[in-house]
Amino acid sequence: MLHIFCPHCGELRSEEEFHAAGQAHIARPLDPNACTDEEWGDYLFFRDNPRGLHHELWLHAAGCRKYFNATRHTISYEILETYKIGEKPSVTEAGGSEKKPVAKGVTA
Amino acid sequence: MSQVNRLSRGGRIDRSQPLTFTFNGETYQGYAGDTLAAALLANGVDVIGRSFKYSRPRGIVAAGAEEPNAVLQIGSREETQIPNVRATQQALYSGLVAASTNGWPSVNNDLMGILGKVGGKMMPPGFYYKTFMYPSSLWMTYEKYIRKAAGLGRAPLENDPDIYDHINQHCDVLVIGAGPAGLAAALAAGRSGARVILADEQEEFGGSLLDTRETLDGKPAAEWVAKVVAELKTLPEVTLLPRATVNGYHDHNFLTIHERRTDHLGETAPLGAFSAPQARHRVHRVRAGRVVLAAGAHERPLVYANNDVPGNMLAGAVSTYVRRYGVAPGKKLVLATNNDYAYRTALDWLDAGLQVVAVADARSNPRGSWVEEVRSRGVRVLTGSSVIDVRGGKRVEAARVAAIDPVAMKVTSPGEWLDCDLVASSGGYSPVVHLASHLGGRPEWREDILAFVPGEGNGLQKRIDAGAVNGVFKLGDVIANGFEAGVKAAAETGFKATAGDLPRTEKRVEEAAIALFQVPHEKPTARAPKQFVDLQNDVTAAGIELATREGFESVEHVKRYTALGFGTDQGKLGNINGLAIAARSMGISIPQMGTTMFRPNYTPVTFGAVAGRHCGHLFEPKRYTAMQAWHVANGAEFEDVGQWKRPWYFPKKGEDLHAAVARECLAVRNSVGILDASTLGKIDIQGPDAREFLNRVYTNAWTKLDVGKARYGLMCKEDGMVFDDGVTACLADNHFLMTTTTGGAARVLQWLELYHQTEWPELKVYFTSVTDHWATMTLSGPNSRKLLAEVTDIDLDKDGFPFMTWKEGNVAGVPARVFRISFTGELSYEVNVQADYALGVWEKLIEAGKKYDLTPYGTETMHVLRAEKGFIIVGQDTDASVTPDDLNMGWCVGRTKPFSWIGWRGMNREDCLREDRKQLVGLKPIDPLKVLPEGAQLVFDPKQSIPMTMVGHVTSSYMSATMGHSFAMAVVKGGLKRMGERVFAPLADGSVIEAEIVSSVFYDPKGERQNV
Amino acid sequence: MQRYSGFGLFKHSLSHHENWQRMWRNPTPKPVYDVVIVGGGGHGLATAYYLAKEFGVKNVAVVEKGWLGGGNTARNTTIVRSNYLWDESAQLYEHAMKLWEGLSQDINYNVMYSPRGVYNLCHTLQDMRDSERRVSANRLNGIDGELLNAEQVAAEIPYLDCSKNTRYPIMGATVQRRGGVARHDAVAWGYARAADAAGVDLIQQTEVIGFRKQDGAVIGVETTRGFIGAKRVGVVTAGNSGHMAKLAGFRLPIESHPLQALVSEPIKPIIDSVIMSNAVHGYISQSDKGDLVIGAGIDGYNGYGQRGSYPTIEHTLQAIVEMFPILSRVRMNRQWGGIVDTSPDACPVISKTPVKNLFFNCGWGTGGFKATPGSGHVFAASLATGEMHPLAKPFALERFHTGALIDEHGAAAVAH
Repeated sequence: MLHIFCPHCGELRSEEEFHAAGQAHIARPLDPNACTDEEWGDYLFFRDNPRGLHHELWLHAAGCRKYFNATRHTISYEILETYKIGEKPSVTEAGGSEKKPVAKGVTA
Repeated sequence: MSQVNRLSRGGRIDRSQPLTFTFNGETYQGYAGDTLAAALLANGVDVIGRSFKYSRPRGIVAAGAEEPNAVLQIGSREETQIPNVRATQQALYSGLVAASTNGWPSVNNDLMGILGKVGGKMMPPGFYYKTFMYPSSLWMTYEKYIRKAAGLGRAPLENDPDIYDHINQHCDVLVIGAGPAGLAAALAAGRSGARVILADEQEEFGGSLLDTRETLDGKPAAEWVAKVVAELKTLPEVTLLPRATVNGYHDHNFLTIHERRTDHLGETAPLGAFSAPQARHRVHRVRAGRVVLAAGAHERPLVYANNDVPGNMLAGAVSTYVRRYGVAPGKKLVLATNNDYAYRTALDWLDAGLQVVAVADARSNPRGSWVEEVRSRGVRVLTGSSVIDVRGGKRVEAARVAAIDPVAMKVTSPGEWLDCDLVASSGGYSPVVHLASHLGGRPEWREDILAFVPGEGNGLQKRIDAGAVNGVFKLGDVIANGFEAGVKAAAETGFKATAGDLPRTEKRVEEAAIALFQVPHEKPTARAPKQFVDLQNDVTAAGIELATREGFESVEHVKRYTALGFGTDQGKLGNINGLAIAARSMGISIPQMGTTMFRPNYTPVTFGAVAGRHCGHLFEPKRYTAMQAWHVANGAEFEDVGQWKRPWYFPKKGEDLHAAVARECLAVRNSVGILDASTLGKIDIQGPDAREFLNRVYTNAWTKLDVGKARYGLMCKEDGMVFDDGVTACLADNHFLMTTTTGGAARVLQWLELYHQTEWPELKVYFTSVTDHWATMTLSGPNSRKLLAEVTDIDLDKDGFPFMTWKEGNVAGVPARVFRISFTGELSYEVNVQADYALGVWEKLIEAGKKYDLTPYGTETMHVLRAEKGFIIVGQDTDASVTPDDLNMGWCVGRTKPFSWIGWRGMNREDCLREDRKQLVGLKPIDPLKVLPEGAQLVFDPKQSIPMTMVGHVTSSYMSATMGHSFAMAVVKGGLKRMGERVFAPLADGSVIEAEIVSSVFYDPKGERQNV
Repeated sequence: MQRYSGFGLFKHSLSHHENWQRMWRNPTPKPVYDVVIVGGGGHGLATAYYLAKEFGVKNVAVVEKGWLGGGNTARNTTIVRSNYLWDESAQLYEHAMKLWEGLSQDINYNVMYSPRGVYNLCHTLQDMRDSERRVSANRLNGIDGELLNAEQVAAEIPYLDCSKNTRYPIMGATVQRRGGVARHDAVAWGYARAADAAGVDLIQQTEVIGFRKQDGAVIGVETTRGFIGAKRVGVVTAGNSGHMAKLAGFRLPIESHPLQALVSEPIKPIIDSVIMSNAVHGYISQSDKGDLVIGAGIDGYNGYGQRGSYPTIEHTLQAIVEMFPILSRVRMNRQWGGIVDTSPDACPVISKTPVKNLFFNCGWGTGGFKATPGSGHVFAASLATGEMHPLAKPFALERFHTGALIDEHGAAAVAH
């Protein structure tokens, strides 16, 4: 059972309090009407599905009811960081595999 | 019957406390402190069961979790039956009733055994894949007999009287195993002040120290155990859990411990304090800072011919029975080994005054201290030799010992048959790597100790290994290793551990073992007598060789094809021998072969324990409205809607559903009815941007909704499909009250939060669920105004309080919000009061309503009345493939709203604009008494042969008491352009109901009745 | 191919089973194949078999990164049924069902297809409506299905708690009597053996690490054992489809989630059919060995770890004990996880892709095993001709752009 640091509550809590809400950083097109069917379908349904680092959206459903982002490894299930909506991940597949900062609150 | 194998002294049993038990109907006696297995051996019970495939007699082999054979049924009563209990892990209690799980008519005279002997040759691994295919119709018949032979024990046929519970634990250090390493680790960590949990699967702490002949500080090791346990008990932050198996190691250092709290007392939990029921088992759900894995090692048996005859045992198990339980499972011992440690068994056997016929050591020149001690006591030690075959039916009669070349896999001497009744074997020790591998970490092979040790596992487990599991076997080293692990674990979780005195151990010379995973036989493996690798699943060395010969080269293939390790022992005894045999057979090394995946559970866990208290009436919460007591008192039948229990209908004496609903419907249409609508989701929305937010999440426009007014809204997902609906009222310019469907309340709130928090955080708006704060009672019917007027100070004048507006005031003396909205098409008022006033208000309305024959109605009547008006129910008349236009609700779509609201782009995709989409229409059956089944599929051509072209289905269907005929709502392909056409519903009974496509608004199409 | 039969078994027993042949060869990859199939699970092996046997394309390789049938084929709960709601999916699964019915004889390997009946319990009025809708559609599609009331359910499923005391009392059930179970490993091995006999090269322990393209068309796969050329490539890698698509340079409407299952210790036969409940959320059957085979929901997060979260197991067993209170004292032996490729509409993607000559068959989510023969057959037909088989056409990627989804969440609400 995952142990997740809620960046709003500032605490590590058990997965049971949370809902996974899919891939993070998928912005709604600013002008949906300008999208082709294909672009709109891509927005709706097509996802990165990486075997590795994944930036994903979580909801602290049985806690503060707030959404936040997590960078998690989809094979090891290790959570490398959690961060608030609107913030950028500090660990990315491209740049950050060597600088693995320990997420706030994650015991070393 | 006397305890023929009980030694007169020794052991940790209490000879002053005899316990009576039965096995297969015979009564026996054992002592307090026995396991069931020990007591059976004490009584000379050789045959404990029959093997799964060949029905061969089997006896007890081991003394712990690795036991493959002694898997018994326990229970004297039907409801407390426990299948598949390992006798080696079951404490004896007075009155225990146990039975073998296979064998007919009995384990000693099993007729299947004859079949096993004759048919056994035809049952190589995977034989079932190769036969029973022809004729194809017969497989189910074959299968019936195969199934009959399957399974070990049986489930009870009556419900479990026991309860189970869970406890969440957080600790700094979880120590797994209370043997020498675990005790030392717990002591080191515990002294530092860290929160420590020490869990061990056995009845008492001590592990191997409880039966070792080795001393600590010159005294019996058990004395050190007692001292350490006593100290641990004084440490306030240390929790001691005996009878508690750590069965799963999950992500982020979350582990589960299965504690058997009362199984040692009886088959059902006795009442606890205050005569309250107590949990039979408990699952501790532990989040641990660090885990010290001190799970020990399992001894491997040697794989020789007929090694399954009762009387073949693990060497270590023999010592355990002799020293811990005072039981000698035989008289004349032949010991076969490839290592020093097994010599302890010979010494223990001699100390018990019994005869060691010979020791066969596969090594050519063993010179260790124990070896020499055995020699010095006059025991014949045959080196470079092994037991290669055993004779005996239901008990070992003789063992053949011969010289072997384990590298060339050859027998190099004719050997000799030695009379004996017990063969103890040891093929080395396999660290218990299971828990360390639960997250996918692969064990690593160590050639120096001929065993797999836990792998590092990508660092996913915050785990420190100690003792035998770590490949450390010498007692002094084990304790030191454990202490060191405890110090390290404490330090890593922020505690300072201090150095402590370690007990003094004996000095001795120990020599390495040699590899011997299968003992050679003169005949090739396929022709030799059966050499069993996995006793529970009857997997032989020949079977493993056959699997590799047939192309099953991956260790997982071998396992799956032969069933190696699939038993309830999960291959603890046989897996390493098995994969070594497979590796040799393919000419690769053991690490190249690798191990199969280790999965939870380490040992099986009771379903009830995993479920905990979350079953029966606690399976899931039931939600009730504030008026529940009244509904129950007035005979309501209830319907499950989400977690809510809603009144479905209120039958009067002798009424069925249809009669009650007809009466309730007419009451609403003709006078007035009352509905408990409290379950509708209510979301309080506030903030300067609340209106803009509504514009974006609803399909229709909200810009011009004045304070005091209410409006119906549809909500879609981004794909344009309808997802919820409800009425939202403007309470103030920046304050709205949204209602949702009963089942959709939570997901709508989550939906609003999602868009607010992730897409439009700049909008100033706040959402609060107020579903439970307000109770809602709907008065509906032509007399509703008159009735309500009697109990309210609100002016109900039809012009001053028109349709789709709301007012604040008092109802029945309490503050209320009254909404003039209607789901029935009649003049209606929805009265909202604070939930804690609601029952009183409801009762006053009922009282005041008597003169209008006020009739309580439930969800069924509500459904009929709304369907007569063509109002949809999201989830019943829609699924996830219906747009507002499909519902003929284009009037509710704000096509010119400036912001591209949720759903607009989606409903304009190519497929959503097709003209022949399924559209919501009304259906009027040609026979007015026939009610279409809800869900019935529709066709245009009832004569078409199957497969028929389906054009839609019935979503809602009722008999209308008001209109005097049946009617339905349905989705039909292009239905809106097919008014007046016919559709047909071919039913399961062969009949066909014909219906005319009509408008979905059947009653009062102009809406005059709600506007009076 | 060495033919299997009861007589053969007897004959081999006289020679101590020393003369059984390998079930499949261990070939060295050829430089180029007409078709390379990526993924040696049940679907991939079935595709290869039908290509060679039915569509005359014998120059075929299956490239598998691990061992044959080692992914979801080895980890599922072996349920076979075809009672899906929408015409498109019902026809596809029924195509599979018809193949199941003769599969053991067709490939001369007993896959133990056992039509024990699959029951879907109804606990609410809406369950009853949905069930009537689905059974009615099945019937008109020529697929067997019945809707039972609560009394019939109680009579047909012993020990199921049909009392009014449960949290969600049982109101009825649908049953597909031709539905049931089959032996999962045998399906992979049987197809593998038959495909090998038909000339297909099964290349194990070889991972595809890239797709070589020329002029927008695939011309082969890069593997850990070097390049293997191909005129057409079919990717059938279930949970790893997203990863494969990334290597090929596009994305899929697929997310890979952990799906867990568990088995009890073997017990004497007590459950004779497959029983599933969407509302209580669990399902159960009993294997021929006596294990209760149990599953329920997928974990909410993406995961390739072949393991999921413990609370999912708890909820599953709570559901099982709620349905069958007598099983409370039975014990769980083992739990595990697979990687399921879930699609937005709970239906597969069988499709051409943005890369010419590269075809994908994925997105089976929790329903892949039951479709194995049908999936393999229509995919083989598509790979043989380069044009999608009519039954596969509705499952093209385009539907996620046009909006013509086939929403089977109702029929697949309990992940199995």
